[in-house]
Amino acid sequence: MAALLKRREIVAKLLADRGEDLLVVPGLGQPCYDCFAAGDDPRTFYLWGAMGGAVPVALGLAIAQPEKRVLVITGDGEMLMGLGSLTAAAAEALPNLAICVLDNERYGETGQQQTVTGRGTNLSAIAAGAGFGTTKLVTDAADVAEGVRLCREATGPVFVAFKVDDAPEAAAIPPKDGAFLKTRFRQAVVGKI
Amino acid sequence: MSDWRDDIFDCFQEAGIRQVAYVPDAGHARLIDRAHASNDMRAVSLTTEEDGIAMLAGAWLGGDKGVMLMQSSGVGNTINMLSLIKNCQFPLVTLVTMRGEWGEWNTWQVPMGQSTPGHLELAGVTCYRCDKPEEVQETVATALRFAFYTNSAVAVLLGQRLIGAKIFPED
Repeated sequence: MAALLKRREIVAKLLADRGEDLLVVPGLGQPCYDCFAAGDDPRTFYLWGAMGGAVPVALGLAIAQPEKRVLVITGDGEMLMGLGSLTAAAAEALPNLAICVLDNERYGETGQQQTVTGRGTNLSAIAAGAGFGTTKLVTDAADVAEGVRLCREATGPVFVAFKVDDAPEAAAIPPKDGAFLKTRFRQAVVGKI
Repeated sequence: MSDWRDDIFDCFQEAGIRQVAYVPDAGHARLIDRAHASNDMRAVSLTTEEDGIAMLAGAWLGGDKGVMLMQSSGVGNTINMLSLIKNCQFPLVTLVTMRGEWGEWNTWQVPMGQSTPGHLELAGVTCYRCDKPEEVQETVATALRFAFYTNSAVAVLLGQRLIGAKIFPED
C-alpha cells in the first residue's frame, strides 16, 4: 500500500488555531519535531524519551484537566511499545482524550527499520479491540479532514491512525530540558509551578 | 489502633491525592478498594507499572497529585520510565508491596524482591521502608510531603513481614 500522506501537513491541521484548550503530548522522535515545526506552545509537552509513555501521560493529564482537550500525537513505533496503555485509556472512557498515530511503518530514529504495522498489524483495529468507541485508519488524502476533526472535536476516547510517507523532514528541534518543559506547561495550564 | 492500610488511605486524603494508579497486588487490595470507592480519587487499573509512572507525570502536569501502587516484581518494569521523572523533576510517590523476602515461598519472586531497593536507588528514587504497622502512617505521610515539597521521587517499601507472606499449599 502506498503511504502518500505528509506527516507535517497533517500535524499542521491537527494543531491549527489550537487556542488554550488543547493540550498536546507528542511521542518521542519525529512527532516531537512535527509538533515543534507546526509552532511551539507551552501546552505541548515534548517527550524526548519515555518510549511507550505518551498515552499514559495523556491519560493522567486528561483526568486532571477534564475541561481541556488532550491530544497525543505519536508514531507507530512509540505506540507499539505502549499498546497495553490503550486498554486503560479505553476503560477510563475520558471524553476529552484523543490519540493520533502518524504511522510511517518505520522506526525513524534508529535507521528506518520496518515496524509490524508494515507487516499486517493494524493499530486502529487494536484500539477498537481495546475498547475505543471511535477509531479511524486514514490512508487517503480525502479522509484527512475527517481524521483531524475526530482528533480535535469528537467525543473521546478517540483513536486515529494516519498512514504517512516515510520520507525524512527538515530538522525542527524543540527544547529538551525536561524540567523547563514541565514548568512552562504547568504555568500555562495550572497557573503555578 | 487503626489498620495500617486505612492509615495509608487517610494519608492520601490528607495530602489531597486525586489519582491512584495501580497494578493489582494482594497487599494493596484494601487500599485499591477504598480508592475506587472514594469521591475524591480516581483509581486506574493498569497493565504494566511503567504506565503508572507516566500517568502520574501527566497528572502533575495537569495539577493533580497522584500515587502509584505496585508489587516489587513490578519495579523492574518501571526503570526506563523513571528517567521521565528524573529528567523533568516530577514528584513521585509509589508504595511497593514487597515479595521475595520475609517468609517467601515462591522462588520466582526472590530475584526482583531482593534487587528492588537497588534498582530504585539507581533510578533516582529514594526508598523508605516499613516493617511494623505503627511505622506506616508516619512514613507514608513523610514520603508524600517530601515528594511534593521537593519534586523528589520516593518509594515506600512495605515489607513482607508487615503485609504477611502469601500462603501457598505445602509442596
